[in-house]
Amino acid sequence: MTSKAYALEASHLTKSFGALKAVDDVSFSVYQGEIFGFLGPNGAGKTTTLRMLTGLLTPDDGRVAIQGFDLQTSLVKAKMQMGVIPEVGTIYVDLTAEQNLALTGRYYGLSRERIAQRTKELLSALGLYDRRADRVRTYSKGMRQRISFACAIIHEPSVLFMDEPTEGLDVQSRRLLIDMVLELNRKGCTIFLTTHNIEEANALCQRVAIINKGRLVALDRPETLRSSFEKTQSVEVSFDPPLDGDALCGGHVSKVETSGDKFILYTDDLHGTIEYVTDIARQRGVRILSLRTRGPSLEEAFVMLTESTSRGCVIND
Amino acid sequence: MIDRYVMRGIAVTTEKNMRIYYRKAPVVIFGLLFPLFMFVAFFIGRELEIELFFPAFLAMTLFFTSSSVGPLITPWEKQARTFERLLSYPITVGTLVLGDMAAGMLFGAAISVLVLLVGVAFVGVGISSIVLFLAALILGAICFASMGVLLAAPASSSPSNIMMLSSLIRFPLIFISGIFIPLGELEGLRLATSYASPLTYLVDAMNHAAGGPTSMPVVVDIAVLTAVSAVFLMAATAIHKRSLMKGL
Repeated sequence: MTSKAYALEASHLTKSFGALKAVDDVSFSVYQGEIFGFLGPNGAGKTTTLRMLTGLLTPDDGRVAIQGFDLQTSLVKAKMQMGVIPEVGTIYVDLTAEQNLALTGRYYGLSRERIAQRTKELLSALGLYDRRADRVRTYSKGMRQRISFACAIIHEPSVLFMDEPTEGLDVQSRRLLIDMVLELNRKGCTIFLTTHNIEEANALCQRVAIINKGRLVALDRPETLRSSFEKTQSVEVSFDPPLDGDALCGGHVSKVETSGDKFILYTDDLHGTIEYVTDIARQRGVRILSLRTRGPSLEEAFVMLTESTSRGCVIND
Repeated sequence: MIDRYVMRGIAVTTEKNMRIYYRKAPVVIFGLLFPLFMFVAFFIGRELEIELFFPAFLAMTLFFTSSSVGPLITPWEKQARTFERLLSYPITVGTLVLGDMAAGMLFGAAISVLVLLVGVAFVGVGISSIVLFLAALILGAICFASMGVLLAAPASSSPSNIMMLSSLIRFPLIFISGIFIPLGELEGLRLATSYASPLTYLVDAMNHAAGGPTSMPVVVDIAVLTAVSAVFLMAATAIHKRSLMKGL
């Protein structure tokens, strides 16, 4: 057993697949009762890390403890503490909603009465009680994801892992799930959420970690990270007749990229850059065909964060 | 001592497999219809004493039924994307393998007992040692259900590929195991090959139980079936661990 101040402790996790190092020396801890976001683009190592945290993959190096139970030495006890919602709504379509929940409950050793009680509570809260006896193959994607969620929390886990839980969901299902996650968290459940949706992470998480190319590149409060992201704002502009890109360097513009017949001007001051662009158009006697501002994308943030990490100024635990 | 988590994991996994996979088409076709077709193809139009061949036919039924569930489960779970959630439950790979084996074993034992009852009621088949018969039935069911799970161990997410592989391995075994040609009539390389098949020992044990012609002491039959079962289970667990994420 290790410290119980943390619900989850991951230290020096490393995993390779052949020559590819999918996760490289990743360490972080999640506090009891925290909502922790784990962000990264596709292929960054999110799912591999999640699989190591949930005991599906054995790390080549490093260790994981859930509520103090080491995954290497107390796998089943550690798994008893957690609920997992994999990315795809993975429940048995040949079974009914009730049967799926009962099966999951039995894996966690719940009594028949407790399973019946929890099934009624959860299916009612998720708006599926009337469909409880229907086979899941007749459900929509949103409904399946709701059952998947119910299966993950039927045993009231103290740590809930969610892998892109709202991906592709309709607005109603998405809001329902988020409300239930917040309610679970209010009751003390620690939430580990992987996503590539910065806004979702910003709205839900107390802290976020960002992984890129298998390495942790940032770990901080969302607002602190967002202030870093602000530097990756850009203005997209096109002129008639076209201008030479060199003419746009200056002012608050830190970098100019061409994209088709448009220029992307990276800046930390949108207002100043727009004024700068309109001044140049006026001076050169050209018309602005289109102009729009672009918020920081996750990819752009990654570029910046990776550069910042090499200067050693972003990770604040 | 096996702890309560392991026992519960095996029981719930077995129940899950019985609910979901017993009615799948490949299980019905490869587990029930194939042994029946083999029986019909061998006996129809020939002057054979059915009582004499019944223990071997029963062994063949047990072999096909027990080994038909295991190869299907893991590839099906991977294809249906339910495998990752299953692995997140409080179970180990060993528990999962035992649960899959138990589902195949119960399926094979139940169908074989049914076939035996039909044989006793309508064909006049006699069992001289019910204890030996039950021991052979249970050991045979464990052995071939374990073989089924082993066949699924290197699985990707394609049930049809694994069923094809399992047929490729299972079919030759029934021709070299003393089912259609008694071991006493084999010699040389054919006899040596038949000793390499675990099914041979089940057929022999069934013959011991039914009072038919035998080739080896029953202790050898029981010992070989036990040892082969253990090897199949250990190999299935080791390979499952290695290929757990394949196809996810």
